[in-house]
Amino acid sequence: MSIESIETATAAHPGAAVATTSSARRPRRRSSRLGYLPYLVPGAIGFAVVIGIPFVMNVVYSFQKWKGGEAPHHWVGFQNYVDLMHDAQFWTSFRNSIAMIIAMVVIPTLIGLLLASVLFDYLGKTFGSRTAAFLRATYYLPQILPVVVAGVLWNWILNAQTGAVNVLLRSLGVENPPNWLGEPKTALASVMLMLVWVQIGYPVVVFMSALQRVDPELYEAAELDGAGWWRRFRAITIPQIRPETFVVVLTCTVAALKVFGPIYVLTRGGPESSTLVPSYYSYLNFFDKSKVGYGAAIANVLTLVIVVVAGIILVAQARYERKEGVR
Amino acid sequence: MAAVTEVAPGPTSRPDERHRRGKARWAVLAGAAVVALVMLVPFVIMLLNAFKSPSDYSQHGPLSWPQEVYTQGLKNFWDRTDFPVKLLNSIFISAVVSVAGVVLSLLNAYAIGIGRIRGRLWVVTLFLLATMLPQEALIYPLFTMAQKVGLSDSQWSVIIIFTVIQSAFGTYLLASVLGTFPPALLEAAQLDGAGRWRILWRVVLPIVRPTMVVLMIFFFIWTWNEFFIPLVMLTTNDTQTVPVALASLQGDRMMDAPTTNAGALVSLLPALIFFLIFQRTLTRGVTAGSVK
Repeated sequence: MSIESIETATAAHPGAAVATTSSARRPRRRSSRLGYLPYLVPGAIGFAVVIGIPFVMNVVYSFQKWKGGEAPHHWVGFQNYVDLMHDAQFWTSFRNSIAMIIAMVVIPTLIGLLLASVLFDYLGKTFGSRTAAFLRATYYLPQILPVVVAGVLWNWILNAQTGAVNVLLRSLGVENPPNWLGEPKTALASVMLMLVWVQIGYPVVVFMSALQRVDPELYEAAELDGAGWWRRFRAITIPQIRPETFVVVLTCTVAALKVFGPIYVLTRGGPESSTLVPSYYSYLNFFDKSKVGYGAAIANVLTLVIVVVAGIILVAQARYERKEGVR
Repeated sequence: MAAVTEVAPGPTSRPDERHRRGKARWAVLAGAAVVALVMLVPFVIMLLNAFKSPSDYSQHGPLSWPQEVYTQGLKNFWDRTDFPVKLLNSIFISAVVSVAGVVLSLLNAYAIGIGRIRGRLWVVTLFLLATMLPQEALIYPLFTMAQKVGLSDSQWSVIIIFTVIQSAFGTYLLASVLGTFPPALLEAAQLDGAGRWRILWRVVLPIVRPTMVVLMIFFFIWTWNEFFIPLVMLTTNDTQTVPVALASLQGDRMMDAPTTNAGALVSLLPALIFFLIFQRTLTRGVTAGSVK
């Protein structure tokens, strides 16, 4: 869930990072700058111990065969990575990552754009902003609860025997309601459904706060010119909140690639690996199969994929901003 | 997150006469309300079945009103997980992380945003990259390191890890806020003979306090909701957090409908209460931090 909220804070300070680099201020003498270094020491030590060293160790592990604990380490070079390339489950897990991106990024962003725009540009004006704020709070509710709690709740709702959905279906006369999380055919879609439910509130809230900084005169002028809601949506809303859209897409994509908790409580990657994701596959190798080197290799590939995907999104954003600037 | 239930005042806060015509508006409202209802259904089902006896459930199904208030499910969950212990564990870990994480972020940000040390862009980039790392790429070394220094199954291992992880984002945010800190204030303080240490606590801290409060609330909620690292690091009942306790009961035979629902309910209540208490602070704080 951590990433989900970064968005809000970042969205509240668009272009915040740029400020650190601009040297609007008078340069001070170098000796006085060095005096600030001690303030970085606790952070540097913490970073090294919790992130730097473990990350390097994980890379080292990925070149070894190791059962963990006191077992001997065997150096195997790139063997783990070569094995990954021939591992069907590995490819399945990354294919399922695409499903996670659809459920956590594509669908919520599209629906979120629509809902935010309807709430802000139509319902807010027609029924007052209290109505809009109430609806927004309702959409946001699933975002507040720990995602594991959401998972446990949905696990019961979709349970084949005692779950709310199937009890209801049976009372309506359905003889053999599907085993939602237990069948390879329906499990992935069920997980995706729950993730859409969890995610939707985030883009709605970010986009609505983004719309508040758009000059209302733009909308008024468009309305006076006879532009309907759909034209205002396409010509004003979407271009105006593009920066926030990038932030939402970036943070949610990273979160979707990392997703672990919902899979752990809903399906544990099953049935038949139909909901396996890279993070869970890595966890499985670490702590279940005692194949530490292999798990480390999966985690490293996942890291690489995240950094590359995030890089692509950031470059796309920079390109877009440059194009806008030229115009 | 910040603006959730805060009503947005401003030019559009009163219904506009121009928009008050036509029937289409009711259709749009109904559509938005249906979406809201769909979002609420799982919560409603949870509330309806948390206090419904198993026989009542099997007779009348998930949508009926409970025949009588059945509290055995809640009791089962409470005793089975030793809930008060889990609650205290979660509060302790989240509270320490939120305070320590913000202090660490402030120290880093002071060097980067005000001290403008060399290579600060690299430092910020490094911290941002750290926020993207999957925890799986760190967990096994962290796990073995904790064992070596005698912190296996210790809440302090989780606290140290999350303090650093949360401060990676906090540093990024606070450094950008401090990057726009009014230089006149710093120069005045320097002329008065204040050293760096004094300037940090007497000049900088009071001004960025609203942003720090927001960060603290975020860190608390994020740490509260964390699952993967506590799951791996906290292996016994005495140390586990609420989400780990709830998840570890899954598949248990005694997890019938009321137990599951009551468990989900009491597990989400603290997060909900915390959110409701602080949502106004969040709204005000974010604005205070960004508008300079």
